[in-house]
Amino acid sequence: MYSKINISFTTFLALVTLTLVSPAMAEMEATHSPNLGNTPMEGTETFEAFGGKEGLVKIMDDFMIGLVQDPRTKPFFDNNKQAFIKAMLVEQMCELMNGGCKYPGRDMKSSHANMKVNREAFNALVEQFQFAMDKHNVPFSAQNKLLAKLAPMYRVIETTKGAAVPPNNLSN
Amino acid sequence: MHPPKKRILISAFLTSILSLMAHSANAELPMSNKLLLTGGVSQVEGAAGGGLTPWALIGGYGTNNEVGGNIHYTYVKSNDFKLDSYGFTLGLFDRVEFSVAQQEFDIGQLRNKVTAGLGADAIGRDTLDQIIVGLKVRVFGEAVLDADTWMPQVAVGLQYKENQDNEFIKSAVIGAKSDHGTDVYIAATKLLLDKNLLLNGTLRFTKANQFGLLGFGGDKNDSYDPMLEVSAAYLLSKKLAIGAEYRMKPNNLRSPANAALFGGAEVINLQEDDAFDIFVAYAPTKNIALTAAYVYLGNIATVDAVGADYGKQEAVYLSAQIGF
Repeated sequence: MYSKINISFTTFLALVTLTLVSPAMAEMEATHSPNLGNTPMEGTETFEAFGGKEGLVKIMDDFMIGLVQDPRTKPFFDNNKQAFIKAMLVEQMCELMNGGCKYPGRDMKSSHANMKVNREAFNALVEQFQFAMDKHNVPFSAQNKLLAKLAPMYRVIETTKGAAVPPNNLSN
Repeated sequence: MHPPKKRILISAFLTSILSLMAHSANAELPMSNKLLLTGGVSQVEGAAGGGLTPWALIGGYGTNNEVGGNIHYTYVKSNDFKLDSYGFTLGLFDRVEFSVAQQEFDIGQLRNKVTAGLGADAIGRDTLDQIIVGLKVRVFGEAVLDADTWMPQVAVGLQYKENQDNEFIKSAVIGAKSDHGTDVYIAATKLLLDKNLLLNGTLRFTKANQFGLLGFGGDKNDSYDPMLEVSAAYLLSKKLAIGAEYRMKPNNLRSPANAALFGGAEVINLQEDDAFDIFVAYAPTKNIALTAAYVYLGNIATVDAVGADYGKQEAVYLSAQIGF
């Protein structure tokens, strides 16, 4: 008898706790930057595999060099916004990998609104990112954990199945 | 023995692929912008997939804005048989895939045993040949980029197969009901990118005996049966994948000669088994892919009475493809 009461009391307590805590948990989940484009990872193993924020900065430096060298992506990045884009990418990747950052930039749709990205350009960027990550010895599985967060963004970044149009050539 | 037309078709395609590749090297043609290995490799019947199984991926490295294609040669050597397969795969705008494969199945060893045992050349040929024309259409889904959902890429396809040794496969030795048939399949492929894992399931409706090399339908069964094919591949790097596949096969044949000549004893055993493989695929660049595999094929044709105890065929599978 006593134990039965005890069980139901425990159940009651658990329910109350859940009711009180659930909204708080939901709030916690929603605390990532609204424009991040995907939910951040749970642990920090991937962030560490990238060498933390310091590692990310170096990777983005080489990533940008590759993007400007690649004729498929050059028209999108060969401009005076390189430093800004790199800084934004560092913050975005850092937050996606749960590295304690807050991405302050625009959402993926509006940040690509003044250009037309097709699948060729999107995949070319992925390839250049892979080269940069390889160069900095990011393990393949860690690369794919981040790419899995980024890949679905093709849905808003790609806006054409025809020819790609770089930012300078579209009036916004 | 082989209609020269088919050879001409394949060599014409080879020439055009090589010239397109040369073209892409110096021109600004948008080409080969799919990510490495995401066009699969040519499976044994010519479609993009693994070794045994067609996947929902469209072959070649063309994106939704491009055309891709490749030619392949595949060599399968089992304990007592050998298969050569060559052909091409063409991918159009990551939506439609067209493929042609010519297969030559070497049964010379069995022929020699039977001839020695019976004192008569009952088989009368060293190879059984067939041509396979495939068509695949991606219906929905994006296997690679939709990394945040379980929704796979889904394609439907068909493989029209025409055996070129109809006399023999329809004879009392084999008893196939037809020398041609069409396999119809639906395939679902998903790359679990954050786990480096690719999964595929294919449901095929077929009457083909040993892929069609022994014709279509037989005395045991002559109806379309659903056959499940599953594949799993683990990506070790951008260029390297290892995996395994399982392919159910029908079991349609019962040699009419057993009843007619041997009083019902199963002298010619054509029992067909399911197949599985373990493979490694390597793509050093987007122009080349090499696949090596161990394949278990089980029984194909056993004639114990003449010493052809060929019940458990294990094979080495080697395949190379070049394309864009």
